[in-house]
Amino acid sequence: MPSVMINKTESGMSFYVPKKDLEETIVSMEHEGPGRWGGEITLADGSRYFLEPMDEAPRLPITLRAKRL
Amino acid sequence: MCAMKREEAEALIQEVLEVYPEKARKDRAKHLTVNDPNVEQAKKCLVSNRKSVPGVMTIRGCAYAGSKGVVWGPIKDMIHISHGPVGCGQYSRAGRRNYYTGHTGVNTFGTMNFTSDFQEKDIVFGGDKKLEKMIDEMETLFPLSKGVSIQSECPVGLIGDDIESVAKKKTKETDKPVVALRCEGFRGVSQSLGHHIANDAIRDSVLPRRDDDHSFESTPYDVALTGDYNIGGDAWASRILLEEMGLRVIAQWSGDGTLSELELAPKAKVNLLHCYRSMNYLARHMEEKYGLPWMEYNFFGPTKIAESLRKIASLFDDKIKEGAERVIEKYQSEMDAVIAKYRPRLEGRKVMLYVGGLRPRHVIGAYEDLGMEIVGAGYEFAHNDDYDRTIKEMGDATLLYDDVTGYELEEFVKRVRPDLVGSGIKEKYIFQKMGIPFRQMHSWDYSGPYHGYDGFAIFARDMDMTLNNPCWDKLQAPWKKAA
Repeated sequence: MPSVMINKTESGMSFYVPKKDLEETIVSMEHEGPGRWGGEITLADGSRYFLEPMDEAPRLPITLRAKRL
Repeated sequence: MCAMKREEAEALIQEVLEVYPEKARKDRAKHLTVNDPNVEQAKKCLVSNRKSVPGVMTIRGCAYAGSKGVVWGPIKDMIHISHGPVGCGQYSRAGRRNYYTGHTGVNTFGTMNFTSDFQEKDIVFGGDKKLEKMIDEMETLFPLSKGVSIQSECPVGLIGDDIESVAKKKTKETDKPVVALRCEGFRGVSQSLGHHIANDAIRDSVLPRRDDDHSFESTPYDVALTGDYNIGGDAWASRILLEEMGLRVIAQWSGDGTLSELELAPKAKVNLLHCYRSMNYLARHMEEKYGLPWMEYNFFGPTKIAESLRKIASLFDDKIKEGAERVIEKYQSEMDAVIAKYRPRLEGRKVMLYVGGLRPRHVIGAYEDLGMEIVGAGYEFAHNDDYDRTIKEMGDATLLYDDVTGYELEEFVKRVRPDLVGSGIKEKYIFQKMGIPFRQMHSWDYSGPYHGYDGFAIFARDMDMTLNNPCWDKLQAPWKKAA
């Protein structure tokens, strides 16, 4: 369960894991629309993570716990 | 225009790796590569931020160096205790030349060395009592100090002292922040972890101190200047440019910085980050907690300065945009004169760099302004994200070396024969004896500043002074010279 920072960038959203030096663009996120945010996400390098879905899209950047899939 | 072809450079790396035993060779091979600017991500071609191979001569520092020496040390109105044996503090005292204004020993303490000087009995019975006594004594002797940071040296972690409880107690007693840092030298693989620990300590014990204090009157043009350690006056040379274009610098982190500047930084409108490696953790934190956007900039060489000034101005209104153009215009003729003078003397020379932090990529622009070419670059303690940024700046088929060992660097230099090597003090004399001009790029070889327009003039002069020094023709004994 790494602690990750989700941020907005010019090319969409970025996924940053400070401990692992990993900064990747998020290519897809399960729930992006209003009403629900989070779920399964896929990064540009192909790895997949799971974020506990939230009711509202949070203010970015935000630090969350993500589960590796 | 590059010195080597890709195949040659790859062959060179293989040849250098030959001497290692198989396991070490496999490990080191991942850290050396030939640059391809088209690669998107450094992790595809280079491994960084790994433990050095035992037995090689690495040039890295320790976590204490990263925390006390780099991030906390320059904060001038706090006392930084080197908690542990006397050597770590004494041998790093004032070596980094973080300039500051103030009366040393009265209201500023930058060049002084405070140490708890551990003896055998402190190791056996613990050093907490000594630390308490020391902080009390410092309160009496230096009442104008604004706070204390306790920078752990290795033994403190090994014997398990509880410096946090001392810090807590003394914070209450003195009503000043006393910050305990677990930056023992054995932690992590390099000084990079020290930066992170120091950043986390500022995040936890300094920044929240003014969260509920809204008395500071901010303007729409407030900026924080972070990741500039004022080496030889760098931050001052940067600050005047920002002020000239109409911005107000409310915090300087941490060169010539004060505790209250640290506390004020979240109240800025933009966080301008020079050294990404050592302060990005705080920049990201402030973006999340205070909604303070941050951007990286580069104040080495007129091309990059103009680019950065425009980039900074684009975040503000037209007044600042005009200001930026005015500043660029103002210094243009001066810079043209510098380039006209030095470029003919330096054109086409090749440079190899091996430094830390931001320099291997940031100074490339300054060298290019002088018509010089970077043929190899490497970092002591960079992570992948630093190399991501470096790959784009470097030419095709140039050498990239991470945590290069003494042996590898020497071999590369022998083969590539650059006209100038820029690295640290430990490498300086080896290369000078090899007959290769050398600049110590950690603290600008006791010169500086190199940032900003004023700094570029000094940078150009220094490079000329080193490269075209008449001593390089005198390396051969007179009786060995052909008549």
